[in-house]
Amino acid sequence: MTAIAFPEPDARTLARRDEIVAGLRRLVAPEAVIDAEDGRRGYETDALTAYRAIPLAVVLPATTAEVASVLAYLNDEGVKVVARGAGTSLAGGALPSADCVVVGLARMNRILDVDYVNRTARVEAGVTNVNITNAVSGRGFFYAPDPSSQLACTIAGNVAMNSGGAHCLKYGVTTNNILGLTVVLIDGTVVEFGGEALDAPGYDFLALLVGSEGQLGIVTEATVRILRSAENAQPMLMGFDSAEAAGGCVAAIIASGIIPVAIEYMDKPAIEVCEAFAKAGYPLDVEAMLIIEVEGSREETDSLIARISEIAAPFAPTVTKLSQSEAESAAIWRGRKSAFGAMGRIADYMVMDGVIPTGRLPEVLKRIAEITAQYGLRAANIFHAGDGNLHPLVLYDMNDPDQLERAELAGADILKVCVEVGGCLTGEHGVGVEKRELMGYQFSKIDLDQQMRVKTAFDPAWLLNPAKVFPLDARPVPNRAAAA
Amino acid sequence: MIVTPGDEAELEALVADAASGGKPLAVAGGGTRAGLGRPVDAETTVATSALTGVTLYEPAELVVSARSGTPLSEVTAQLAENGQMLPFEPMDHRGVLGSDGAPTIGGVAAANVSGPRRIEAGAARDALIGARVVTGRGETVKSGGRVMKNVTGYDLARFLAGSWGTLGVLSEVTFRVSPAAETEQTLVVAVPSIDSAVQAMSAALGSPYAVSGAACRPQEGGPSHVLLRLEGFEASVAQRVDRLTALLRRAGNIDAVSADASRDIWRDVRDAAVIRDAADALVWRLSLKPTAAPGVIAALAPLAPKALLLDWGGGLVWVALPSDTAGAGADKVRAATRQAGGHATLVRAPEDIRRTVDVFEPPVPAVMALTRSMKSTFDPAGILNPGRMYAGV
Repeated sequence: MTAIAFPEPDARTLARRDEIVAGLRRLVAPEAVIDAEDGRRGYETDALTAYRAIPLAVVLPATTAEVASVLAYLNDEGVKVVARGAGTSLAGGALPSADCVVVGLARMNRILDVDYVNRTARVEAGVTNVNITNAVSGRGFFYAPDPSSQLACTIAGNVAMNSGGAHCLKYGVTTNNILGLTVVLIDGTVVEFGGEALDAPGYDFLALLVGSEGQLGIVTEATVRILRSAENAQPMLMGFDSAEAAGGCVAAIIASGIIPVAIEYMDKPAIEVCEAFAKAGYPLDVEAMLIIEVEGSREETDSLIARISEIAAPFAPTVTKLSQSEAESAAIWRGRKSAFGAMGRIADYMVMDGVIPTGRLPEVLKRIAEITAQYGLRAANIFHAGDGNLHPLVLYDMNDPDQLERAELAGADILKVCVEVGGCLTGEHGVGVEKRELMGYQFSKIDLDQQMRVKTAFDPAWLLNPAKVFPLDARPVPNRAAAA
Repeated sequence: MIVTPGDEAELEALVADAASGGKPLAVAGGGTRAGLGRPVDAETTVATSALTGVTLYEPAELVVSARSGTPLSEVTAQLAENGQMLPFEPMDHRGVLGSDGAPTIGGVAAANVSGPRRIEAGAARDALIGARVVTGRGETVKSGGRVMKNVTGYDLARFLAGSWGTLGVLSEVTFRVSPAAETEQTLVVAVPSIDSAVQAMSAALGSPYAVSGAACRPQEGGPSHVLLRLEGFEASVAQRVDRLTALLRRAGNIDAVSADASRDIWRDVRDAAVIRDAADALVWRLSLKPTAAPGVIAALAPLAPKALLLDWGGGLVWVALPSDTAGAGADKVRAATRQAGGHATLVRAPEDIRRTVDVFEPPVPAVMALTRSMKSTFDPAGILNPGRMYAGV
């Protein structure tokens, strides 16, 4: 038994499976429709692996026009649609249901145009995040949002979840780096929002679409900003005897007027696991560690590092270590970015994504430890400390259903603490199914009703990724779903 | 009649009452941008002037919240005491629009007002991390919050930025703030043409030297002046000035202007001073990709612009046209910008012109349909600033 309920699949749709598959085959190349159960099983879950459902069918369109004809058809047939990028959602954002068709964007992975003079790139939405940077790095440019899953995750998924990453303290998240989107609405209408200019006329639909978790339309192309990389990036490690000291140091750096490109926090359990995995040179005898990265010319980074060291002194760092080479810098980041994977080698885990006002960091860390202990579990903590985005990993053993349930309850309690101290449930992973039933802690009925009106205006029958984001029992009547 | 609710509950009651009676409400902050947009026909104006005060300011967390009617100057003064600022450098429209009053923080959000630093630090909407708004249903909806990253539910706060009071009356807004730079310098590069100005600005913005302002004042019959701003700690700025000067040495003669004079330059760019000074003009604001700017400006030459100003590396072009230009020159301006993939806003024109000429670029039909459906979800009775952006919205 798990805590998350799912709507009962629509029996009528399940019964019409063959007909729907045949209908899809008329719209796209036959091999672009995955019908066999073995093939469909590859799409049964995302990175929230505790939940699975084999979809009715999977379709992999190659063009915006194909996405449009597929959606128009499924809309006419009243079939639910779950859009999928690379399936790396930690919140179940790409989790299908038995009565849905998965529309995967993996084949739409071309970089269409790079314009260095205007500093933009036009890409198909199935392109991976890192491939945009790879395509422009030869000229010294990069695409700023850098989620840890950037090797695999797609721009479509980044748009759906407004993804961030370690470096968004300086460069912002997805919503700050998108200039235009091509979106297919549920009835098959293709709409261009924004463009190549820095502002778009009329209502800010880009703001609405980014972070809408595939519930308003399917993104097929994006125009993104590309930025010139700094001459030099200098990471440093600092170890502290306590979470309070590390948290105080973060606040003091930011209050001093320095905005490093990244300030990452790891606690002792996280450091140990990541160091064992990545051999990054992390200190093992500290309670908390910060990875701080600054950018600029060599002289600038030297001067910033000197200032930061001075600011940090009152917090008595026990270890201060500067990266001495590009290889060392890469290892430092490899350790951080592989944290979730490394943790997965020693235990199953649930990653939380709450955000808190940074001033409350020590207090919230203490409460996280208390909550996990209360459920008889352990946690490891990895945060984007500069912006208060916490990623506590609640560790459990998947073979023990009771542990999974306790992990979910602990996770929910942690997120409630985040909201209680003035933060939010999710900073960059999205609500998905994972946090759907917690939305009432952050929002009033009036708040949620207005958001759902927007959903209904775009998708009157609630066919697009319907089981996500909004609590099941809060929905407009026709969509009220029975819990399984 | 102007009504000034003293709190959210009064504002809710006022809007609910207007909605049930189908009576339109004009929505105002300080009124400094009242002349921007299509005229709103409403007997009653709801002004936020009694909804004031900074409600939260945490310098170490880079966040400030204020009730919507708080004068912008009050917010920026508090930030300045702590060496901080609003990163997007909001334009003061009083010069260009010839208006009085005091801009409010809510007005800045509702109109998504940004300035030169938009190219580096984002627009007002990028910094807007939370909002409370009384919708046309007379309900207070909150979205976002006070933390930097937030994907909990739809981003209604950002969606409201730039909606000009047509979806709701903002009651409180929360912005991300940033440290104010220790110092700044401006490179003034004399270039022979607008084309070469855009090239120089693109080279600067594509350099690793963190240029936080890139503007150009075209001069008739002489070289155009490209303005490039570098901000930060003293030593860093000095070094980047040297390197950027070296990078652009072939572009034209280069002078460096230091701190106070540099700040004056950028205040004038922010407020489009050369446009303001073209008395009695019709004022257009064009949003383009930078490389399109020279062609669009050339296409507008037959309209004999009285003044031009490029900002955002050429991505923003201000054009002052003679006041007797037929139809405000809308056909030519819109054709040229559209052809270049951009869009145009008629920022200043007499009321009779704004009744007949679209002020904001009309969206394509599919987007217009969504615009109308969003209006009806937020403001089903259609009472808030009706017609300010588009007829029937």
